[in-house]
Order: sequence, then C-alpha cells, then structure tokens
Amino acid sequence: MSIDMAQFHQVFFEECFEGLEAMESGLLNLDMGDIDSEIINVIFRGAHSIKGGSGTFGFTSVSEFTHIMETLLDEMRDGRRKVTQSAVNVLLGSVDCLREMVTAIQGDSAVDESRVSEHKKALEIELNGSASTAESTQAPAPVKAAVVAKPAAPEFETISEGWSIAFTPYLDILKTGNDPVRLFRELAELGELTTTANIHDIPDFYELDPEECHIAWDLKLLGTATEEEVSEIFDWVKGDCELEFSEILLKILKPQEALPDTSEQIPEPEIVLAQLAPATVAAISASEPVARQTEESKVAGVKPSSSIRVDTSKIDTLINMVGELVITQSMLSLIGEHFTMNKLGQLKSGLSQLERHTRELQQSVMNIRMLPISFVFSRFPRLVHDISTKLEKKIELKLVGENTEVDKAVVELINDPLVHLIRNSLDHGIEMPDIRRAAGKSETGLIELKAYHRGGHIVIEITDDGHGLNRDKLVKKAIEKGLVDANANLSDKQAYELIFMPGFSTAEQLTDISGRGVGMDVVRKNIQALGGNIEIISELGKGTTFAIHLPLTLAILDGQSVAVGDETYIVPLVSIIESINISEKMLNRIVGKGETFRLRSEYLPIIRMHEIFNVKSVKASKMAEGTIVVVEGQGVRCGLFVDELRGQQQVVIKSLEANYRRVEGISGATILGDGSVALILDIPGLVRLSNR
Amino acid sequence: MLKEFESHDNNTDEKVDMGNLVQFLSFALGKEEYGVAILRVQEIRSWEPVSRIPNVPEYEKGVVNLRGAIVPIIDLRERFNLGRIEYTPLTVVVVLQTGTGNKMRIMGVVVDSVSDVVNVDKTKIQKAPDFGTKVSTEFISGLVSLNDRMVMLLDVDKLLDIDEEKADEN
Repeated sequence: MSIDMAQFHQVFFEECFEGLEAMESGLLNLDMGDIDSEIINVIFRGAHSIKGGSGTFGFTSVSEFTHIMETLLDEMRDGRRKVTQSAVNVLLGSVDCLREMVTAIQGDSAVDESRVSEHKKALEIELNGSASTAESTQAPAPVKAAVVAKPAAPEFETISEGWSIAFTPYLDILKTGNDPVRLFRELAELGELTTTANIHDIPDFYELDPEECHIAWDLKLLGTATEEEVSEIFDWVKGDCELEFSEILLKILKPQEALPDTSEQIPEPEIVLAQLAPATVAAISASEPVARQTEESKVAGVKPSSSIRVDTSKIDTLINMVGELVITQSMLSLIGEHFTMNKLGQLKSGLSQLERHTRELQQSVMNIRMLPISFVFSRFPRLVHDISTKLEKKIELKLVGENTEVDKAVVELINDPLVHLIRNSLDHGIEMPDIRRAAGKSETGLIELKAYHRGGHIVIEITDDGHGLNRDKLVKKAIEKGLVDANANLSDKQAYELIFMPGFSTAEQLTDISGRGVGMDVVRKNIQALGGNIEIISELGKGTTFAIHLPLTLAILDGQSVAVGDETYIVPLVSIIESINISEKMLNRIVGKGETFRLRSEYLPIIRMHEIFNVKSVKASKMAEGTIVVVEGQGVRCGLFVDELRGQQQVVIKSLEANYRRVEGISGATILGDGSVALILDIPGLVRLSNR
Repeated sequence: MLKEFESHDNNTDEKVDMGNLVQFLSFALGKEEYGVAILRVQEIRSWEPVSRIPNVPEYEKGVVNLRGAIVPIIDLRERFNLGRIEYTPLTVVVVLQTGTGNKMRIMGVVVDSVSDVVNVDKTKIQKAPDFGTKVSTEFISGLVSLNDRMVMLLDVDKLLDIDEEKADEN
C-alpha cells in the first residue's frame, strides 16, 4: 500500500484554498442579528474538510490548527455558543493564518510559528473564554496537557481520566470504505488507547463473509481529549455503528455542561493558557516541523507546478476543433495524392478551411488560460470589510462583471495593483460618515468594482462616490515638492496624473493603510508592465474612477514589424503613438550630441536603432530615407529611427530567458511566418540603453 | 563506426570495466579535438542563419527557432579565440542541454565538424594542466588520449553558463 501521497498534494492545496474562500465569504456574510445556520454549516464543512485532508496527508500543524476552529464552529452550529462579532473576527484572522500556513507548506517554506501560535491563542481564548467551561478547578489539567504536549487540545475543563467507548459497527461498515483500524489510530493520537475486541459474534468460518465486520470493540482512551474530539473521529461512521461514550472519571467532580454565563470564574485558566500556549508551540516547532522540513528538503527542487481548472465545455470545444482539423488534413492529403490541376479549386478551399480551423484552435487554446476575474474580485469583500471596520467608515462594495474572462497570468499580476487602488479609495476616497452626511450624501459610501471587455482589452474600473480628487490641492502639493514648475499650466488630466509621481502623497495624515507615497507610481508601473494603462476620471465632491485597461492575454501581442538593416524587430503596437518621416533639417542637436526633433509642441529625443543595436548593414543613413516611429514607454516619449515599416501582425511572445538570458532593450522574441526569429523591443529598456 | 570502437578497445589492450565507461561526442575545432558528454547532446543540425542579438559578445551568434523554442547559438571557435571561418552548409551545430540549478536550457554550439562517439574509461581521464592565467582551462573537465590524439573534454555547464553578470563585463 505504498501510494505516493505527494501526487495528491496539489489537489489538496487547491481544495484548501477553495475551502478557505468559502469559509471567508461565509464569515463575511454572517449577519449578527439573524444567524443563518446554513452559513455556519458551510463554514464548518470548510474547516472540517481541510482538517480531514490535512490529517490524511500528514500536515499535522494544519489539522491541529483547524481542529480548534472546528471545535469553535461546532459549538456555534449546535447553538451552544452565541455567534459574536469578536468570534467572527478571530475566525477570519484564523482563516488568513491558515491560508498562510497552507501557502507555506505548498511553497516548501517555513510556517511562521509565532503567527500561528498567536492565532491559536486567540482562538483558544475565544473558545475557553466566553462560552463553555465551568472551569472552577485545578491547575493539574494544564500541567498534564503540557506533559502530553498536545497543543491542539486546549480543553482543560474536564478532569476526567479519559473515555470508555463501546464501538459496535454494523456488519456493512467495511463496505462504506471505513476502516476501524484507522479510527483507532486517530484515537491513539489523542491519548493512550487500549482496545479490547469482542469476537463473540463472529460466525463459523464457513459462514463468514470477509466483507462483513463482526467484531465489536471496547475502547479505553486515557488522556485529556474532549467528547467533541472523540466523537468527531467517529463522525464518518456515525450512521454505520452503535456508539456509546462514557467518561472515566478521575475524581468525583463531574464535568459541567457548557454554560455561557459562568464567565466570572474563568480568569485563572485564561492566564494559564497564555503562558502555556507559547511553550507548547515551541515544543512542536522544535520537533515536528523540523523533521518534516528535512523530509521535504529531499523533494525540494521539484517546483510545485501551477495548475489551472478548466471548464469541461472548453475542453469539449477543443476536442471538436481538433477533430475538424484532422478531417481537413485528411481531405487535403487526399487531394495531394492524385493532384491534377482541375483540383486547384478544391485545394484552395481546403487550405482556407485549414486556416480557419487553425485560427479557431488557437483561439480555444488561448481560451483555456482564461479565468473569470472573480478570482481576484472575490478577495475584496473581505478587504473592504476589514479596512472599513478599522477606519470606522460605512462602505458597501459592489462587484459588476465578475465573470469577465482574462488570462491567468493577468489575473495573478493584477491583484496587487487592485488591492492598492481599493485601499486608496477606502482610505482617501470615501469620507467619514459625518462628513458624508453633511455633504448630503448617504452615510454609507459605495465602491464599485467593474470589469468588462472592450475591443481586445479588459477594462477594470474602480469607482468610489467619495470626495474626488482636489485638483488645486494636487497641483499645490506638486509645486511644493518641486515635481512640477510653479507656472506650469496643467490640464485636469495632467493634474490627476500627478498622483502617479514617485513620492507624491496628499493625504493629510499618513495611515498604515495607504498614503506613504510609494504606492501609485508602483501601481502604474505594474500595470504598464502588463502592457496596460491606467486613467483617472474624477469630479470634486462626487467621486473618482480609476480605469485600468489591460490586454486580454500576455501570450499574444499586436506588433508592428520594423526593418533595421537586414534585421527585423517587433515594436508593441500599444506603445506606438505615430510614425512620421522627417528630413535632416528638422533635427536639432543638444550639446552637440543628443538628437531631437520637434513634434508639434514637444521636443523628442531620437534613438537611432542602427547605432544602439550595432547593426552593420544600414540602408537608411539619412533621416529622409528612413522612418521615425514615435513611441511611449513609462511616460517617456521618443522617436525610434528605423529603415522602414513592415506589416502589422499578432505575434506569439516567446521568452528569450528560457534558454538564454535577459537582454537590455529586448522584451522577448517571436517566430515570424518564415520560421525566423524576430526580437520584440522593450521601449523603456531602449530608452535606458540610449541614455548610457 | 563499430570498427572504430573496436580499434579503441584493442588499443587500450587492457580489460576495461564497463562500469567505468563514459561516452563522449568528439568534434573538431581547427586542429584541436574536443569532446562533450553524449548524454548532454540533444541533436546535431546543420548551420542555418540566426537572428542576431544586439549588444552581446561576438561569439554569441544569435538565436534560432528550434521547433518553437528560441535557442541561442554560440560559436566555439570564437569562444576559444581560434579565429573565425566562413560558415558553409557543412558547418555543424551541436544542440546541447545544460542544467544550471533547477533550470534546464538548450543551446547550440557551432563546431567545424563532428568526428565520432568515443568510449572513454573514466579512470583514464587526466586533469587539464594548469597554465595559470595564460590559458583559460576552467571549462575543460579533463584530457583523454585516443589513438595518440588528445581530446579535451568540455564541462558543458561551465562552458555555456552565459548569465547576465558575465555579459555585462563584455
């Protein structure tokens, strides 16, 4: 039975993240006034399956942690505990912590033990503090817990010595895939387990059906495990057996049923807990994770492959498409076999069919990489919830067009800029409730996150109905900081763009949420690195909209091929502003060196591609013979001097770094129709190169 | 080719332990003979025009399209300062796999001609003599003598380690 469990890890991680997301959205949707038990169930199930999975795969730290969450949730589910905002907040924190843990395990990196123990402690305090426990007694329990070093067992309330369990499985328990031995093994982890098998009911050998279970067990579990913990192990088999729990009591003192209102008595255990938790955590961090790390370091080097979930219908389309392609191919080869000139028409139509199928195939393959933008959006309700609570603002988040599809790589890279923009809207955009009321707006601010397709691009808009950008304030600030000239006559748009300048921040007060002036320039840089751009529409007093335009995919790019000597280069179409012909007379030299030319009101530097790339075979030595391609990259405009423009085409981007290395001024390569390789220009890189 | 193998074995005149045998692909650069471990050789192709990469050392000739992958081509003659010769249709490109760390790369090297696959007894490989700074021998993993010819065995990973820092020096 040696199955390599590692092959299932990836699936487990994905399920974990899905479960965590479900838990998170469930927690956020909980309405304190009217608790929907179905939501609690959803949250509980999330925790339960993560716990089960992590136990199976041996990620004990995760299962121990989830266990505490689950205990808390279980009590809420059964109505033994009231759902409070504080408990929800603690649980939300734990969801985060759990996500970090899973991410760390997935990436083979160390789990941040201090954070884990912090959350564990918070959970334990929540668990022990408000609801359960008539814990009027004894220090011995914690001491005992420390000896057994069971950090996941925070319940010290019973002084029982353990549990006696009568476990009588029904005959067909084995058919449901349950294995009593596995249950015992799990039980044994909770404490010292003695099993006594009752074999009286086993029939005569000839009548024995090996698929039936005729054995009953009497189990004795010594240790500090609680009833929940024990009964939970039997959760899977509840319908398939008779179970009877009875407590083996150490003293005559009976453990009391959980009562919510006995909290006066408990300060003592809380203190004990606070002292205990770090110690036990230190104990595990010393032994277990280290052992696992060494084990994992053996497998290290095998990079976790990133995977993607694809809609089955997309795969079906793909298979259909391939089928069509095969048919076309066989038709063509039939024509080719006995080719006569009168079949020319057939051949032509066959080829055009082939072309159509190939294009469709390419499109549907690209489609596989497309994910709905909700992968990013779904994280924001939580973010808005957390930050608005912190800022004491009332904010509603509205999501529109979550199903808009975009390339997986874009989805992964757009998250950080969006988080930043939303934080900004929350912090600077939306006003405090009293100010809003005074301005005649509703107290609750609205942030709308909207995604839609427009002409081969995806547009993501973040709109808030806050106070808008104050043009005069921006300009004043920029002048103060020396970023613009005092007499500069800026248009509204130019003034708004000031916020993208490095080191620019107008917030009166810096908060830990935003406003350190290192954000917006990075946001713009990241978006431009994805081949997109960002624009601002704002009205004072009414609100601000940030609109991000992004290409749908990073794998294909609209390019303009240009000739430089014998060589062909691709200029990304998005960065081209225009192409013009100029004569030598229009050139100006700056300090005898740098060449510039005047385009309408601006002087633009010229980059001679032959010189910068050391191309030897020059066709156009004079300005009039070649063409100037005016390009813009990261806010810098310049003219590229090339021999001539060739065609515009969509090119598939290939990495130059896969087998080679990064080259300054080149962002990648592509394969042209004739099979040769053309390099794709990186405009900001070229500008840097020419400045050397 | 088989004959060649046998003659090698006869030459050594000793019982060769098969466990110690390693195979090398030998090729010529001018009058010198070099060898690379056969397991690193992916394929042998004829020379085809490359797309030049701007601002890189002269011996990095450019990149070609190898069934959809962008593969750099390096001229070993120029890399070893053995002078340049005209490329002809008979010029050979040996496509090698190099592994630096976890990353596998494919690169092509231009050589004058491929000679042979040779069996070499591991114990017969000598260390390259140290010429100090006069001759760079860092990518020569050893020397071996075959039929009185000296074959220099190349360490593929060191030879094709063309990372950014190195290029910046040029």
